[in-house]
Amino acid sequence: MSIPPAGKMERPRTIHGNNGRFSGKTVTLAHGGGGKAMRDLIQDMFVERFDNPALALMEDQARMDLRDLRAHGNRMAFTTDSFVVDPLFFPGGDIGTLAVNGTVNDLAMSGAIPLYLSCGFILEEGLPLEILERVAESMRLACKAAGVAIVTGDTKVVHRGSADKLFINTAGIGVIAEGVDIASYKARTGDVVLANGYLGDHGVAILNARGDLALETAIESDCQPLNGLVQAMLAACGTIHCLRDATRGGVAAVLNEIAQSAGLGIRLDEAAIPLRPEVRGVCEILGLDPLYLANEGKLLAVVPAEYADAVLKAMQSHPAGKDSACIGEVMDQPEGTVILKTGFGGQRIVDMLVGEQLPRIC
Amino acid sequence: MKYVDEFRDPGKAASLIKRIEELARKIDLGQARPLHIMEVCGGHTHTIFRYGIKQMLPEAMELVHGPGCPVCVLPMGRVDDCVALAEHPEVIFATFGDAMRVPGSKKSLLQARAEGADVRMVYSPLDALDLARRHPAREVVFFGLGFETTMPSTALTLLQAEREGIRNFSLFCNHITIIPTIKAILESPDLELDGFIGPGHVSMIIGMQPYRFIAEQYQKPLVITGFEPLDILQGIWMVLKQLAEGRHEIENQYQRIVPEEGNRTAQDAVNRVFELREFFEWRGLGSIDHSGVRVRKEYAWYDAERRFSIPNLKIADPKACECGDVLKGIIKPRECKVFGTSCTPETPLGALMVSSEGACAAYYTYGRTEIAKPGV
Repeated sequence: MSIPPAGKMERPRTIHGNNGRFSGKTVTLAHGGGGKAMRDLIQDMFVERFDNPALALMEDQARMDLRDLRAHGNRMAFTTDSFVVDPLFFPGGDIGTLAVNGTVNDLAMSGAIPLYLSCGFILEEGLPLEILERVAESMRLACKAAGVAIVTGDTKVVHRGSADKLFINTAGIGVIAEGVDIASYKARTGDVVLANGYLGDHGVAILNARGDLALETAIESDCQPLNGLVQAMLAACGTIHCLRDATRGGVAAVLNEIAQSAGLGIRLDEAAIPLRPEVRGVCEILGLDPLYLANEGKLLAVVPAEYADAVLKAMQSHPAGKDSACIGEVMDQPEGTVILKTGFGGQRIVDMLVGEQLPRIC
Repeated sequence: MKYVDEFRDPGKAASLIKRIEELARKIDLGQARPLHIMEVCGGHTHTIFRYGIKQMLPEAMELVHGPGCPVCVLPMGRVDDCVALAEHPEVIFATFGDAMRVPGSKKSLLQARAEGADVRMVYSPLDALDLARRHPAREVVFFGLGFETTMPSTALTLLQAEREGIRNFSLFCNHITIIPTIKAILESPDLELDGFIGPGHVSMIIGMQPYRFIAEQYQKPLVITGFEPLDILQGIWMVLKQLAEGRHEIENQYQRIVPEEGNRTAQDAVNRVFELREFFEWRGLGSIDHSGVRVRKEYAWYDAERRFSIPNLKIADPKACECGDVLKGIIKPRECKVFGTSCTPETPLGALMVSSEGACAAYYTYGRTEIAKPGV
């Protein structure tokens, strides 16, 4: 997908007259102080890397032509998210890929085509610049993969101890095509629930990357942009009822919200839920339920039954959905409740979590 | 997944359910109520709800969820002691994850952590010992919790600390023993239990012998049972078979893990480090004689109760709470006056609402709404 150059402005050759590399090896308070050190950091670390005309202007805001937005649809989608993940780097991604994909996916779940992101950094004094550079580079690659541009940003540095290394906030703007209307309350009895692949990978990757478990598993985070997949799904069915990415709280949280919003029941079939053996294994050992594990590249779609096959086929032929499966159905009862038909032949309620999921003692 | 899916086979489940139904029809103990089988262990309760076993069983029998969730039965006063220990500025307080949410009279460990206490979640007592190695200037206190299942690993960790001469490590011992508690339940005058599903992992340590009195003095059958859903169905079937044949014996369904004599090495480690307390306070059940252990004085250096000043106050259970009657099978969680109203997993009043293994929390989470019996 091509992005209209925001503001259609020529990139100025030099605005600030300094192309020297930022000095030193760590972030200091001077990097957020508004002076030359900050300007150098922003120019060298972000502006050149994220490379787009709106950002290169180095104004306090990005400017975008409404006609360019209008060409993609008739409504704008606007979202924001903050990223504070620990550790910053984990198998399959880092805080930078999360910050781009998280916001891209939040936009995509409305059916929107994501276009522009903002990016605010909160840096802890003493953070090695090399880490910031790695994260910024991940963001560049993630933007490229998702077809979006970071068009405005902000950098703050706080005293050592006032933040944990590096926090990122991104906001995003996308445009929704005419006729697309996706919302949780639109689920209908008889609809089917589709998932775009293996669930729980991100949650397990993060648990493992924290190093407390000492488990030898090669599980990687599923962090990926979903906007391309969503467009492929919309091409197969323009009347998808609900779309949600199953991030914090996992599949359980998202489906409960849909069930409550629509005032309907959802029945999941445990045997149909795609789970990697490694994820199942970690859950068995720690007494965790994979339905509550976080994902960063997984969506749940509620679609009319007559389109189920077409949408599933479209998902399976997209790289972000090749392991897609139909995992459940919407029913009129029990209202506002998610039920799991267990692989064992029983049934149970899948409730929202009260707090965070804690491993069981024995 | 190998060695897991075999124990969750829906086809085998269906045929076991059929045999359970046949037996349940045959048994007539001359009582107006359904058969009451207690699963003692919280791990069983968890499996029963997680796999929807409750709805698969015939109406002629009911499962009563027992006291075997060590997190649930921890009295408020002990949680207060944990918080007090954790709030010592030099202390790193190391605990299993699910103990962090248990409410004390003022706060839980999670709240204490939010207010600045250094509370760390560990997966094994050895992780706590490792914290002590890595933070020699701090005092690491491990929150030892659980039945005989977790006692040996705590004991071995303490012995390891002694061997290595690690002096900044200690144990806040809240280990409890299951047998006196089963006895207390059996002694209850309003008891309505017909048989027991015995705890699998406790038995792996203590063996079968300690249960004999249940059959001999109280004439109740007990079947030591594993934790996979098929284990539980087979355990139930074995209890019913005894009842149908008028037998009351201690049987072992979990033979792949539980040897008759238990694990002697583990028992030796436990006996070396721990001794019985005269009594221990249980949430919902009150004080039970000889139901807890403490660190022997030979290892006093590693005993947090001796090393630190702790409040050690007894805090009464909330009056409205009927956990004791639920534990004894007299009422079901839903029949408790405060169930789901003032007592919920977010704001638990009683022990059984605290951990996901507690009967009330399991009812609330998995069974709040009656769901139709699935076609088996």
